[in-house]
Amino acid sequence: MELNTSFGDLFAYTGARDHKKDQPAVVFIHGTGMDHTVWVLPSRYFARHGFNVMSIDLPGHGKSSGASSETIDEMADAVIESMHAAGISNAAIVGHSMGSLVALSAAARYPDRARSLALIGTTAPMGVHPDMMASAQKNDHDVIDMITYWGYSKSAQLGGNENPGMWMAGSTLRLLEKAKENVIHCDLKACENYATGLEHAKLVRCPTLFILGDRDIMTPMRAAQKMVDAMSDARVCPLTKTGHSLMMERPDALLDALITIV
Amino acid sequence: MSKVKTFGFDTLSLHAGQQPDPATGARATPIYQTASYVFKSPDHAASLFNVERAGHVYSRITNPTTAVLEERIAALEGGVGAIATASGQAACHLAIATLLGAGDHIVSSRAIYGGTHNLLDYTLPRFGIQTTFVDPRDPDAFAAAIQPNTKLLFGETLGNPGLDVLNIPAVSDVAHAHGLPLLIDSTFTTPYLCQPFSLGADLVFHSATKFLSGHGVIIGGLVVDSGAFDWAGSGKFPTLTEPYEGFHNMNFVEEFGPAAFISRARKEGARDFGACMSPTTAFQVLQGMETLPLRMQRHISNTRAIVEFLANHKAVEWVTYPERPDHPDHELAQKLLPKGCGAVFSFGIKGGRDAGQRFISRVELLSHLANVGDAKSLVIHPASTTHHRMDAAALEAAGISEGLIRLSIGLEDADDLTEDLDRALRASQKG
Repeated sequence: MELNTSFGDLFAYTGARDHKKDQPAVVFIHGTGMDHTVWVLPSRYFARHGFNVMSIDLPGHGKSSGASSETIDEMADAVIESMHAAGISNAAIVGHSMGSLVALSAAARYPDRARSLALIGTTAPMGVHPDMMASAQKNDHDVIDMITYWGYSKSAQLGGNENPGMWMAGSTLRLLEKAKENVIHCDLKACENYATGLEHAKLVRCPTLFILGDRDIMTPMRAAQKMVDAMSDARVCPLTKTGHSLMMERPDALLDALITIV
Repeated sequence: MSKVKTFGFDTLSLHAGQQPDPATGARATPIYQTASYVFKSPDHAASLFNVERAGHVYSRITNPTTAVLEERIAALEGGVGAIATASGQAACHLAIATLLGAGDHIVSSRAIYGGTHNLLDYTLPRFGIQTTFVDPRDPDAFAAAIQPNTKLLFGETLGNPGLDVLNIPAVSDVAHAHGLPLLIDSTFTTPYLCQPFSLGADLVFHSATKFLSGHGVIIGGLVVDSGAFDWAGSGKFPTLTEPYEGFHNMNFVEEFGPAAFISRARKEGARDFGACMSPTTAFQVLQGMETLPLRMQRHISNTRAIVEFLANHKAVEWVTYPERPDHPDHELAQKLLPKGCGAVFSFGIKGGRDAGQRFISRVELLSHLANVGDAKSLVIHPASTTHHRMDAAALEAAGISEGLIRLSIGLEDADDLTEDLDRALRASQKG
C-alpha cells in the first residue's frame, strides 16, 4: 500500500491481503539499510490470521520516497503518521535492530498507538563500530560486508537456511547493495545518536517481548538487560545459537515468539 | 579499517548449506529420500502453502538434501539462491522459461553446447521463443542483434568447440545497457575457475553432471540467481513484477526483492515443469563438490601437461587451449581465467577422419564416450560419432574439422595419459 505522508510517499507491504475494518493491526519496522522484504514470512502469517499488516519501508528505503530520517524519533514519527494514513489507531509494533529503536520510540512517545511491542536484536544505547561508520560515510562496500557477516552467527555463515535453497549471506548482501546512497550512513548515525533509549523504555506501558540471539555480536544479549529492567511488563525470548539476523537465521522460532505478543 | 573475514572457497565447498543433522547429529548430509513431509497441524500446512513459514511440502519443489546442494552452489557462486534440476538442460530451460514466453527473443553466443543449441534453435521456436546466434568474441554483435522483444543474452564461459573465452564484463555491459540480464553456462569452469557474477553476469547454470559432481555417475543441473539484476527497473519482466495469478497474485519483486527470480523459478517452474533433482543425486553431487577445489587443481595441472605434450607431438597439427599464446583469446583468458581454462580442449590429428578413427580405436586408458568432466580422462572424435553424418564441408561450417579430437582430462598420473596418447597417436599415422 502507498501512504501519502509528510515524509514522502511511503510503501507498506500488507502480507498480500487487503486491510479489513476492525481487525487488529501489526506494524513491522526493518533495520539499517533494509526494507519490508525481511518481514515477508511473518507478514503473510499475520495477514492470513486476521491482522491488518503494515511492513513499512522507512523514508528513503525500499519502495518509499523521501529522505532518510536522521533521528530515531523522526523515523518513529514517520511510522505513526503512516499508521494514521492507513487508518490504524493502534498496533503491535515489531522492530529489528534499528527498527527496534524506532518501535521503542514510537511506543514510548505515542503510548496509545502501541498495543504491544516486540524488540528483536536490540540494545540501547546502540553503539556503532567506528569502522562501520567510516565505511558507510564513504558509501563503500565494507560496511555492507560488516552488517552482513557480523549480523550472522559464525555457524549461520555456513548456511543451513530453514528457507530451502537460499543463501542467507548472499541475500543480505544483495538487499543492502540496493540501499540508496548515504542511507546506511544516515541509519547508523541515527542509531548511534539515539540517547534516550533507556528513558523511553521506562515510558513504555504495553507488554513487551525482547527476542534476542545468544550469539549476536552486534547487539549482545546481555546489553539489552538494562532495557528489560527498565520496563514494567517485559519478558525475554532468547534464541540459542542465533546471531543478529534473527528473521533469516530462525524464521520459524521468531514467528512462534511473535505469535505470543502480537 | 576492519576487513570482514569470511569463510574461504575451500571451506564453503565442504560446509556451505549444511549443519550437522538436528535429528541424528549426522555429520554427512543425510539423504532425505522422501516425497513429502508430515504437517504438524492444519494451520502449519496452510502456513507452508502460503509462504509464511520455511519448510518442505513436496520434494518436487524442495527437499532437505537438495536444499543443501542449492545453498552450496549459491555460496560458491556468490548468489542469493539456487535450484537443483534433473539435468543441465533442465536448468537451462528453467532459467529461460521463468523469464520468457511466446513472442520473446534471445541473443546467444553461437559457440555453445550442442544440446543447448538444439533447445534454442529447434525446440524453443515451437513455443514462440526465437534466438539469434552471434560471434561470442564480438560484444558489439550481441548489441546489434538485440530486438525490442529480446529478454535475455546468453553465452558460455568457454565456448564449444574452440574454447572461445566469453568477455563476460563486456557482454554484461551490453545486456545491462539494454535492461537485459545475462545468463551464463559455467559448466566447463565451475566456480573454482570463474565466478560469472563477479564479472557482471546475472544468472548462471551448470550441468552438475560434469566437474561439480566430478565422477560421471549422475545427471543433474543447477540454476543460480545473483540477486543483482534490477527486474523492476528494466520494466521488461512482468513475470516478476506483476501479480502472478498462478500463486494467489504473488508479486515476486515486491515480496522477495533480490530473490525474485529464484522464487518465481521455484514456485512456478519447479512446481509446474517438475524437472527436479532426486535427493540421492543431490547427495552424490555434494560428495563431489567437497573435493571440487582439489580436483580442479589436478584437472588443470594434468591438462597443462597434456596440452604441452600434444603441442610438441609430430602427429598433431594444432592444439586449442586459451592458455597457449596462439589462442585468439589468450589475453582475455589470462584476465578472466587466471587459475586455468578448464580441462576440456581439442586438438587436430594429422590424417583427418581416418586417422581420428584409428587413434580412437587405440586409446586404452582414456575412455571413448560422450561426456566431459569425469575424474577419468575421456576422448571423442566428433567426425566419427556425434557428427558422423556430416561431410567435410558441413563439419567445417560447424567449426569442426575431420581430424578434431576432443579430450576431457581427468585425474590420472599425467605420464600414464601421455603414454596412452602417444601410443594411439603413433598408431593413427600408420594407415
